[in-house]
Amino acid sequence: MQASESRPDPLSGRRRPLSALERELRAVWALVRRNFHLIRRYLGWEIVFLFYNVVNTLTIGLIGLALPAGAARNREVVYLAIGALLWNFLSILFQEVSNSVQWERWEGTIEYSFMAPIHRLTYLLGVCVWAVLYGLVRTMVVLVGVALFFHVSIARADLAGAGLVLLASSVPFIGLGLIAAILPLLSTERGAQATQVIQGVLLLISGVYYPVSVLPGWISWASVLSPATYTLEYVRSTILNGASVRGVLPISGLLLLWGVVLIPVGLALFMWAERHALRVGALKRNG
Amino acid sequence: MATVPDMLGPLNISADTPALRIRGVEKHFREKDPETGRWRPVAAVAGLDLEVPRGEILGILGPNGSGKSTLIRLVATLLLADRGRVEVFGLDVERNRLLVRRLINRVSVEASFFKKLTAAENLAYATGLYGVPNRVAQARAREILERLGLPAKKLSVPLEQLSRGQQQKVAIARALLTSPTLMLLDEPTTGLDPKSRREVQEFVLEVRATHDATIVISTHDMDEADRICDRVAIINAGRFAAIDRSDRLKARWGGSAGTMEQVFFTLIGEHLDEADAEEGGD
Repeated sequence: MQASESRPDPLSGRRRPLSALERELRAVWALVRRNFHLIRRYLGWEIVFLFYNVVNTLTIGLIGLALPAGAARNREVVYLAIGALLWNFLSILFQEVSNSVQWERWEGTIEYSFMAPIHRLTYLLGVCVWAVLYGLVRTMVVLVGVALFFHVSIARADLAGAGLVLLASSVPFIGLGLIAAILPLLSTERGAQATQVIQGVLLLISGVYYPVSVLPGWISWASVLSPATYTLEYVRSTILNGASVRGVLPISGLLLLWGVVLIPVGLALFMWAERHALRVGALKRNG
Repeated sequence: MATVPDMLGPLNISADTPALRIRGVEKHFREKDPETGRWRPVAAVAGLDLEVPRGEILGILGPNGSGKSTLIRLVATLLLADRGRVEVFGLDVERNRLLVRRLINRVSVEASFFKKLTAAENLAYATGLYGVPNRVAQARAREILERLGLPAKKLSVPLEQLSRGQQQKVAIARALLTSPTLMLLDEPTTGLDPKSRREVQEFVLEVRATHDATIVISTHDMDEADRICDRVAIINAGRFAAIDRSDRLKARWGGSAGTMEQVFFTLIGEHLDEADAEEGGD
């Protein structure tokens, strides 16, 4: 079947038919706009969660203030605050992507979203674009709170280097989120439980608030498997030690490569899980 | 009614291609046996054959659990058949999933929405996935909802604050906004008051007339099936017991009463008095 080029697009009514790319981009925008509307409707909860995030980050930073005044104290506060901020961002990315399916299953809209004539990659891309934007905004708010509360010096910091590492590490985290998103597709409740466990394990092994060297031997090996381990280590090196963009280029490339592998793997697993759900009737079943 | 978009034209589908063709379709699910605790396959759809010509309204009547919703989900690309083939306008639903999805839409018995979002926000999302610009969608939605007896101001009300009937009308608008040429309506009038039910039925007839749409509607309402459907299929235990025009069904299976209700009970193997006793016992 070939689409005629001479006819107007039947849905948009435009003279020039929508190209496949335009249609998919509109779908991405529809997903981003939907999530923005949802945030607006749950604004009270958003404010509460944001408040908790800010306070949580401040209390973690305050642990550093317990040290005697001096360079070590300054360093410890920044070390802990970086951990809290990065974990805040990366966990939002992971949660938004992995919970997208779960949320739709709870609302009962998943059949309608999956029945739309768009590629599954488009649906997931929309979810990921939203996750990055939402994660950035929330983390920036927390960052402002931290900056106002702690008057610590980050004079040696190379913020461009930190930004590069953070950007690169978003990609494998999105890949991990895609892999986690298949769990609620297979089983709503157990899937949601499993994603919480995965997130907890990442928190434990990635050295969010401590160097991974303090992990017990039986689990320390697992830290190399988490992209967050490298993100935290190298962002800290840029902020605390002034490591340059050039210095963090290799690890940024590695993180990007990691994501380039994880995202197609996540997409392939997601499509397998969707096919399984269509076979066993797991999206929803009655009658 | 708004301008009718031609969804089939660009696909070069010949006019005599049936809107829906189902051949030997079977679907089993696994269920746990409450006595043995073991999983066992249960046939939800057990070898269905069906052809629905373009422009027809086909009603599907059947008791609960007879396979109506499974059949509609198979056509809606939400389930994969174990055996057999489903074609929408000649396109295999498995091989041409994206093309088929552009041609169909579905209204389910439960109006599934983001409950906190307004009707307008829900419609913006749903139609955005189909590439419909929001301003076009909102203008058409106002027309459709007013035609269904729902004031346009309800578009800015969160879905959770609308009644079941109002939600169902928004669900019908959602399906129609994507201009489907095959509409799958899964008990769209269940739970609606008589006035709303009549409004929806009239609208279904209007959609067929103005949108050149083919409609498959499952229902428990015998009068509805009799009134708006060109043909009625009676399904029981995953199989069609009969498919024909309602007057022919009534003549053959309606007994002395000559009603669709009698046709239904005759074909599913129950007597009216048995069904009354069961209802009384519930």
